[in-house]
Amino acid sequence: MYTTELSKQPNVQSIEDPERLAAFEARVAADEFIEPKDWMPEAYRRTLTRQISQHAHSEIVGMLPEGNWITRAPSLRRKAILLAKVQDEAGHGLYLYCAAETLGTSREEMIEALHSGKAKYSTIFNYPTLTWADIPAIGWLVDGAAIMNQVPLQRTSYGPYARAMVRVCKEESFHQRQGYEAMTSLANGTPEQKRMAQDAFNRWWWPSLMMFGPPDENSPNTAQSLRWRIKRETNDELRQKFVDITVPQAEYLGLTVPDPDLKWNEAKGGYDFGAIDWDEFYAVVRGEGPVARERMTARREAWESNAWVREAAAAHEAKRRQRAAA
Amino acid sequence: MPSLPPIRPEDVATAEKIRPDGAFDAPSDAHDPVRAGYLLRLGDDSLILGQRLSEWCGHAPSVEVDLSLANMALDLIGQATLLLGEAGDADSLAFKRDVLDFRNCWLVEQPNGDFARTMVRQLLFSTWQHMLYQRLTGSRDEALAGIAAKAVKEVAYHRELAAEWVIRLGDGTEESRERTLDGLGWCWRFVPELFEVDDEVEQAVAAGIAADPREFEAEYRAEIARVLGEAGLPVPNDQRPILGGRRGHHSEHLGHLLAIMQYLPRTYPDAKW
Amino acid sequence: MSDWPLWEVFVRSKGGLAHRHFGSVHAPDAAMALRHARDTYTRRMEGVSLWVVRSADIVASDPDEAGQLFEPAADKVYRHPTFYDIPDEVKHI
Repeated sequence: MYTTELSKQPNVQSIEDPERLAAFEARVAADEFIEPKDWMPEAYRRTLTRQISQHAHSEIVGMLPEGNWITRAPSLRRKAILLAKVQDEAGHGLYLYCAAETLGTSREEMIEALHSGKAKYSTIFNYPTLTWADIPAIGWLVDGAAIMNQVPLQRTSYGPYARAMVRVCKEESFHQRQGYEAMTSLANGTPEQKRMAQDAFNRWWWPSLMMFGPPDENSPNTAQSLRWRIKRETNDELRQKFVDITVPQAEYLGLTVPDPDLKWNEAKGGYDFGAIDWDEFYAVVRGEGPVARERMTARREAWESNAWVREAAAAHEAKRRQRAAA
Repeated sequence: MPSLPPIRPEDVATAEKIRPDGAFDAPSDAHDPVRAGYLLRLGDDSLILGQRLSEWCGHAPSVEVDLSLANMALDLIGQATLLLGEAGDADSLAFKRDVLDFRNCWLVEQPNGDFARTMVRQLLFSTWQHMLYQRLTGSRDEALAGIAAKAVKEVAYHRELAAEWVIRLGDGTEESRERTLDGLGWCWRFVPELFEVDDEVEQAVAAGIAADPREFEAEYRAEIARVLGEAGLPVPNDQRPILGGRRGHHSEHLGHLLAIMQYLPRTYPDAKW
Repeated sequence: MSDWPLWEVFVRSKGGLAHRHFGSVHAPDAAMALRHARDTYTRRMEGVSLWVVRSADIVASDPDEAGQLFEPAADKVYRHPTFYDIPDEVKHI
């Protein structure tokens, strides 16, 4: 699960050797991959660390809204699928933490930054999963939006990140499909199921559009990120693509897009859609999302209340080594 | 390896044919209630423990451990799907029976507690399940023998992983040792039930379907003692056995587990998901 | 201490292939590192064999010396079989 929404960082003045910098920029421009021990500008390292760790945090926090329904999944098959999907998210978080660690920040530091509120994660996970229909809706819309962000990152300039994204994309290909399939069951189901489906669609539609991040004119570092190939398309381009793909999928299910201004625009060959409530977006970024506190509390609790487990295993290993040496 | 259960839309149709509305309890294979009853015991053990382990998802001590726990839960849910599918319609059995008709043992329905209790529970159950399933691969019932042959590899892994954790926690820090002792005290009460042989099991053993757990009780106790020894933990004293799960008499915990697990199919009885 | 050391994970995808670097895991010790590697990197039958090695124990070449390490090989084309012309009529060589 990933969003580019937060990749706003101050433009760092480079104090580096201009010759090395030029050589670096030339390598990136030539579509070469940068590897962990290669020289890189500090701003590149910092931007990537932030982006990859945000991405990792989003995977890990993203386990919570869906995990909320594992114990209540309505059939054994749905339970296994959902558990496997949420488990994949743990795996993806892990691949990404590992990729970020190659830049010189430990996972522990990243986790502490998350728990202290210093590091961000995708705003979408600060919305509650109220009914079962939220699970299909997340798979279809949220994973759909994420895939659109992630696929281009398989060719990102930083080798470990690109390789992690190849694995992530390969494994995620079932996530969106299972979501849409489960949504189909609801949309073809009883009146109560249809109501659930439409309600979930209404609640997840706009937050999904926000996942692509602020409009391009408010995304000042897009140009640099594009040049460094840590971003491959602009926020608005991706958002438009998502709307164009998703609207027909919703129509097929008989769901109504909760946007009175949505209209096909023949000239541009895409949909025009209504204004996004950016005030809400920035409020959620600030940590004011409806269940932001619940999410952070759950993560801190998992980490802190289980610290004794990590300590015990390390202590055991120390004892074992001591015994072996004696 | 965890794998998703096969998609069997025909199950739903079968269930409706076999059971009229409102009848949740009877095993569907009316021709062989002994077989169905035995499959329910095995299937319910896997289902309830899988459900318990899945509660950890997103809350484990590290991301890696989260993955391990989910793998075990997926294995168990997969086993339950196959076993209950042999006993009748797996989903109806999982989601539409009440406590009195669940045949799982008390051990698997125990709340997770902390990670130490979860791992002790896993050790005590998986070691038993592994020894049982090794024998069930030779069951005269081909379907059961096939399921056991697949599951025995999964369970061997669960057993080893749980043993490794119990050793690390028992012989880790003072705190982890205390917690592991607590977990052991909590779970040990339910070990005798694993070796209980009532009329139903006796009939299933006589029919060549089931394995008699008494055959491996000594082996089991020796193995648990070995792991606890390596963990530096004493083997607890036996107490008067707590029995009843196999006849539907459970702890208070199962009702709450079912209330959560069964909420959707019960609230929307006509819905297909 | 709150997190475990890092281990690099190498997976043999199938018999006949070499182990390839897949990623890393945190684990308290070697045995657990293998378990974590299995639970993380072989969920979809990706492997038949695993290696783990402490990341701290990997010795790597310095990218700044890549020139002196690797470029001298660039002009030694005589090490490659295609460097040699063999008449078409001659077989099995």
